[in-house]
Amino acid sequence: MNELKVPTMAEFIGRGEVPEVLFWVGCAGSFDDRAKKITKAIVKILNHANVKFAVLGTEESCTGDPAKRAGNEFLFQMQAMNNITVLNGYEVKKIVTGCPHCYNTLKNEYPSLGGNYEVVHHTQLIQDLLNKGRIKIEGGSFKGKKITFHDPCYLGRGNDIYEAPREVMVNLEAELMEMKRSKANGLCCGAGGAQMFKESEKGTKEVNVERTEEALALNPDVIAVGCPFCNTMITDGVKHFNKEDKVKVLDVAELIAQAKDL
Amino acid sequence: MISILIFILFFSAGSIFFTLNVLKVRRNILLGKDINRKDNPSERWKIMTLVALGQKKMFERPIPALLHLFLYVAFIITQIELIEIICDGVLGHHRMFRPSLGSFYTFLVSFIEVLSVLAFIGTIAFLSRRNLLKVPRLVKSELNGWPKLDANFILLGEITLICFIFMMNGADEVLYNNGWSHASESKGTFGLAISSHLGPILFGGMSESSLHIIERIGWWGHLTMVFAFLNYLPYSKHFHILLAFPNVYFSNLLAKGKFTNLESVTNEVKLMFDPSAVVPPSDGAPMRFGAKDVTDLSWKQLLDSYTCTECGRCTSSCPANITGKLLSPRKIMMDTRDRLMEVGKNMDANKGEFKDDGKSLLGDYITAEELWACNSCNACVQECPVNIDPLSIIIDMRRFLVMEQSAASTELNMMFTNIENNGAPWQFSQADRLKWKDE
Repeated sequence: MNELKVPTMAEFIGRGEVPEVLFWVGCAGSFDDRAKKITKAIVKILNHANVKFAVLGTEESCTGDPAKRAGNEFLFQMQAMNNITVLNGYEVKKIVTGCPHCYNTLKNEYPSLGGNYEVVHHTQLIQDLLNKGRIKIEGGSFKGKKITFHDPCYLGRGNDIYEAPREVMVNLEAELMEMKRSKANGLCCGAGGAQMFKESEKGTKEVNVERTEEALALNPDVIAVGCPFCNTMITDGVKHFNKEDKVKVLDVAELIAQAKDL
Repeated sequence: MISILIFILFFSAGSIFFTLNVLKVRRNILLGKDINRKDNPSERWKIMTLVALGQKKMFERPIPALLHLFLYVAFIITQIELIEIICDGVLGHHRMFRPSLGSFYTFLVSFIEVLSVLAFIGTIAFLSRRNLLKVPRLVKSELNGWPKLDANFILLGEITLICFIFMMNGADEVLYNNGWSHASESKGTFGLAISSHLGPILFGGMSESSLHIIERIGWWGHLTMVFAFLNYLPYSKHFHILLAFPNVYFSNLLAKGKFTNLESVTNEVKLMFDPSAVVPPSDGAPMRFGAKDVTDLSWKQLLDSYTCTECGRCTSSCPANITGKLLSPRKIMMDTRDRLMEVGKNMDANKGEFKDDGKSLLGDYITAEELWACNSCNACVQECPVNIDPLSIIIDMRRFLVMEQSAASTELNMMFTNIENNGAPWQFSQADRLKWKDE
């Protein structure tokens, strides 16, 4: 395996160069053991396609999304203003991120605070790379496998992006299946609205169990996701049903990287 | 002559009473905070045409959509007949549009009759769905009591209205068959699609005077029901038949994931970063972050609450509600409206001034447990056929809980502290943020 090339923004500036795009890794992508693998898959794809990208590294900080959804607007705006200072300092124009929550916040909630960037989700960037022929996939290790995609709320309903992840996965030549509740009618994984960071309220079932049950009913080989938090919730759901040996939960970026054996 | 007078009195009283009530609702809605929803009129007209007039989102669920369409189209088209009834009533004519419209009149009234039959079927189906089939979203606990009664009143009212239409047309048909109708001096048939067959079956062989009485009961009954409905609207969930249109027009046109950035907070944060920053002066009103009561919400959120017809599509798609949590987005809207009406009544009783009643939307109507169960997934917003946004109310109330009452749970407070200190919701050092690269 080639070594990952992960230059920082500071290194680019030091060389007097400007990257094509800033890769916003996000807190989950930086610290969560499972999500770090997604981060690496994204980097492998970027490296493979020779995309000139940079990360902020230790200069990156939480976008403030979980604070905002939990009602702490103060903390959100403090985070936002700090991040905007850093991003504007580097004159960042385009951002790609693997987290739909970061995506939504950077794209929609930063502009009125002074942060204006072109923001894309990693599935959109991969789609673009495929369209431009910068990466090519013909089948690969997922050919003929049964895959169902779970729409992240903040990518789907939140920002009306339903097709990019699906169009990317078409290249896997797998059997793509839709759950009954998909796209605009997709069911949340149970992590949104800061639920990731708290116990759920009293109820009869956990949301991730409800959602995973629906996915497992299709008898898939892979449940594909596009969000590190969905990944955690659905993975837990699969474990709840003791299906972790049969069903994999993988990010779209991991599917592409593994299909190409990157 | 007397009947003309009675008609005009009845018509005026009904209209004035309705207008007064609508003005009251308008006043209540405008208790909300200002928000700009007048930009981009062309997009707004488009969305209103598609979603309100065209019922676009209803068809996500085809069966109730089709049944609802019967009632909706019948309701709109029947208004044409109502115009004739009003003209007849004021001028003392009988079927005054018939001579000038000729065969088109036959077509139009036949069309109304066919739609009325379809609406009748729809209404019976709706009554069964609520009371016999007990469709889950139509029998949830927040509908116990008045809301359930309200729904059945409306449906029974619609059935009654349809019966009056066929009494009127059916009896008149038999009168015409016998040469007794006020519409024509000769014998004949109106040739209407339903009543020319139904009339003789129901009323054939009756005396001229009985037929005239039945026809008048139908005529006055129709009119009375229309005015009863009209004046019932401001007290009922059925108000959606009017408010759906402005409510969809004033929809949020931005991405659903985008939440508002509180300007009051922006000003505070700017001052924290730079004490010499120039921020717009406050208007003197005491600042409150987030929403505790209905007057902290925007007028659009309040309009949403009056527009809600309690169909429960939001609740049936809410992940929290599906998994047995207390939260129901429909209840959020019902509570908002109930509290707003309470505030309105309070103002009416106190010469237009609100007298503190020690109550508020948060706490007395909506509990923190409901608010904290929300996933902010926008399923409720997506589902609503008239673009109501329960999520924005939930978030505004969370803001009050967190920023005014510091009432977040320990876990959430820990997440806040971590973000503040480490720049991540977990306890990892920001200095380790790039470590993944070498692992």
